[in-house]
Amino acid sequence: MKIIVTTILSMATLLVAMSFTGKPTGEGKLTIAFDHYVDDKVLQFDSVLYKNELGQSFTVTKFKYYIGNICLKKTTGNKETTDYYLINEEEPATKTISVGNIPEGEYTGIEFILGVDSIHNCSGAQSGALDPVNAMFWAWNTGYIFLKLEGKSPVSKSPGNIFEFHIGGYKQPNNCIRTVSLNFERPLIISTSAIRELHLKVNVAEILKTPTSIDLSTLSSVTDFHNATTIADNYMDMFSVLSIKQ
Amino acid sequence: MRNKTTVILLLVCIALLAFTANNYFLITQNDVTLKIPKGFPKPYYKFKNNTLSPEVFVLGRKLFYDPILSKDSTISCASCHQRIAAFAHFDHPLSHGINGLIGKRNVPALQNLIWQDTYMWDGGVNNLEVQPINPLTNPVEMNESLEHVIEKLRLNEMYAAEFKIAFNDTAITSERILKALAQFTGLMISADSRYDRYIDGKDTFSTSEKNGLALFRKKCASCHEEPLFTDNSYRNNGLKPDPSLNDKGRGAITGLEFDEYKFKVPSLRNIERSYPYMHDGRFRKLKDVLDHYSSPGNFAPNTAREMYEIGKLSEPDKKDIIAFLLTLTDNTFLYDRRFIDPFMQ
Repeated sequence: MKIIVTTILSMATLLVAMSFTGKPTGEGKLTIAFDHYVDDKVLQFDSVLYKNELGQSFTVTKFKYYIGNICLKKTTGNKETTDYYLINEEEPATKTISVGNIPEGEYTGIEFILGVDSIHNCSGAQSGALDPVNAMFWAWNTGYIFLKLEGKSPVSKSPGNIFEFHIGGYKQPNNCIRTVSLNFERPLIISTSAIRELHLKVNVAEILKTPTSIDLSTLSSVTDFHNATTIADNYMDMFSVLSIKQ
Repeated sequence: MRNKTTVILLLVCIALLAFTANNYFLITQNDVTLKIPKGFPKPYYKFKNNTLSPEVFVLGRKLFYDPILSKDSTISCASCHQRIAAFAHFDHPLSHGINGLIGKRNVPALQNLIWQDTYMWDGGVNNLEVQPINPLTNPVEMNESLEHVIEKLRLNEMYAAEFKIAFNDTAITSERILKALAQFTGLMISADSRYDRYIDGKDTFSTSEKNGLALFRKKCASCHEEPLFTDNSYRNNGLKPDPSLNDKGRGAITGLEFDEYKFKVPSLRNIERSYPYMHDGRFRKLKDVLDHYSSPGNFAPNTAREMYEIGKLSEPDKKDIIAFLLTLTDNTFLYDRRFIDPFMQ
């Protein structure tokens, strides 16, 4: 009798243990690095002079933005996330993010939004990347600032020759959320055996060009909805795939 | 022997008094249970991810009444949202901030906030929880930053303990500060005025008050919709803009010319206490407001169509409307022990 009970108990324990460890398919991990450039030069704050399309020189003193709703695309079943990340040139650790629990398989591209979706703009007090202490939040007209680019340019007529682009807005017609969609030349293979590394090039110069070339002598400050979508249409194409390590 | 008995009796009395006084201010689970008043619609703010609890409410109340939230620790939320003035600023046309600075709008009364879909006169704020960031960071109000408030609270032993009690862990974050404040302000519900009791058949109105209500329903209720006495819309109520303020109201939020000089229709509950009136506090008396509303000849351009429908009000009509408006004073709410300054208890 005792033996039977012991056997049943140990079998049950074993089954429970198995159900906790057994996964239907393997999952892998990917890190995504956001490498900041100005055209073909690595972005450096303050000291380096860059030139926009109009030949106006400028330096960069601040560059930060929100990335969210990352989706890795696969022919059968995408991997979607709902997290937000604040990428900040000033804090190198924020420039590499990691996405876990990705089902094994061959991924053909990545999609994400630059900005914060309307639900998260209306959800009240939040923490982590969306904590208003990160200075990426407008209190007077509730909403997140999706991107901040600040610098100096001798042609700017703002005090101290600064320029500042604080872009946000989730409501039409001033919606500045932009979906970025990038395809991989060769599939990104996710497996349990190794962590993959995806490097994205983020070209700051693109914020000042295509489709609209920004003249820093006439537009040096965007801090509300005025001209915001112009800059948003520009920043939409600042991302490209630099490399995949696998 | 007799003296001894008297002393003992006296001591027992004092102890009993102290005990009941303590209990009087004690916040229980029942005190923080959301009860939707009869006839009220569903609220916009539902305390989602912000479960009501006595401890968090008490923390929110402390923060509301504590000047530690302002840069030089001189001004609290309650400095401008005073209970005696239905949580508006008693006898002040425009809001006041630190260093004697003056804002550009009248302090709104606080009540039934969870039924508002937006906050501020221009509706720029979309969630009750993030509203306090405005007065906190406004240079002419508290002129503080969230980071610095967090730092000050972390260094304060009382708050270190209060946050631990409220959230079961010691972290002091902006999210917790804002959610605690939302519990306190969100529970400020006014629904027990003489008007409410009249509607419920528990009180009677005088002839003048009855006539006032009838006139109100005909001439005012299209914007000041019962039972909240606002339809949460933005309207241009005919006031000529004050050139020294040049406040475009809703227009500054949406960027639409169509919205310029529109302001949120305020609730009229407790209006007896929340004077002066209008978004810039230009009128001291309810009579002044009604005089304006019944002078369409003086209306500013783009005044709302509804304003012209009011037409000329006779002096007895105005008197009756005011008599009715005074029935909206809710002493149950204004003297509710839950909202009394905890530093005075």
